[in-house]
Amino acid sequence: MENLTELGWIGVISIMTAGLTISIGAIAPAIGEGLALARALGALAQQPDEANTITRTLFVGLALVESTAIYCFVVSMILIFANPFWNYFIEQAGGG
Amino acid sequence: MEITPDHIIYWQSGFFKLNATLVFSWVTMLVLVFMAGWVTRHLAVGPDRISRWQHGVEIIVTAMRDQIGDASRQDARPFLPFIGTLFLFIATANIIEIIPGLMSPAASLSTTLALALCVFIAVPLFGIQSLGWGRYLQHYIEPTPVMLPFNLISELSRTIALAIRLFGNVMSTSLLVAILLSIVPLFFPVVMQAFGLLVGVIQAYVFAILAMVYIASGMRRQQAKTDAADATVASEGQA
Repeated sequence: MENLTELGWIGVISIMTAGLTISIGAIAPAIGEGLALARALGALAQQPDEANTITRTLFVGLALVESTAIYCFVVSMILIFANPFWNYFIEQAGGG
Repeated sequence: MEITPDHIIYWQSGFFKLNATLVFSWVTMLVLVFMAGWVTRHLAVGPDRISRWQHGVEIIVTAMRDQIGDASRQDARPFLPFIGTLFLFIATANIIEIIPGLMSPAASLSTTLALALCVFIAVPLFGIQSLGWGRYLQHYIEPTPVMLPFNLISELSRTIALAIRLFGNVMSTSLLVAILLSIVPLFFPVVMQAFGLLVGVIQAYVFAILAMVYIASGMRRQQAKTDAADATVASEGQA
């Protein structure tokens, strides 16, 4: 670990943060989507006639819940592929 | 590693760049225009004379009309061109992705942001058309004028959310297939691509339905109370 430069530390922290972001960010929406799906299936079993409305509302709700997971995914992608600090420090190193 | 088609540049002249997003948007548009022109060339009426292609298109249009009618609880005709175009564009863009060498333009944030901006503009347009200027603008200061900035923020943030949701979904699916192709043999990525096809169409559906929900909420905010009263009367009438 002694060989790690500042740039190396930024890489390590970015990747670890990306992993943390996506893991925490995937758990909560997964639970939420599971609950929503379970309730929707229960409603479908009770009222098969309302299948269209229930399915549509379920999809819209799932999409809204899912967007939190998507935000976490986008943030982790930014951390790995388009890290702003990374570029800043490379510029600093190149310029200095 | 490239995560969006924005970075692939085919031609550049000064300020103008012709990147893959633009090219594949044009491919999608060409496919749609060509299909529309070709299918509607010999339109017919009558059970024996309707071609298979016309049947297919009629099924799609009827399904879209019913879904829009269900989501907005009003006549679907004014919204069908806008919402239907959104759905068909996104669905086609995501479907052409399975052809090797083609990429979905919806995997780029610029495309999805442009689509979300269309919705952002359409919400007040439809709202003003149905409520008039005064009553539409009034809903920004509901329930009190203190809420004005929050109403504006909610309008803006759901547009951005719409764009990021579509971008994230399509980008993650194509990225997943790309990663799998590089680490495992062919068969599993093919399964994932079938899954990506499903995700792409569902995302197109979700985008269209959410756009419809936003437009309907912009048109109906003032009518909520009268609608509830109407519904009670109607249900009592049915009973």
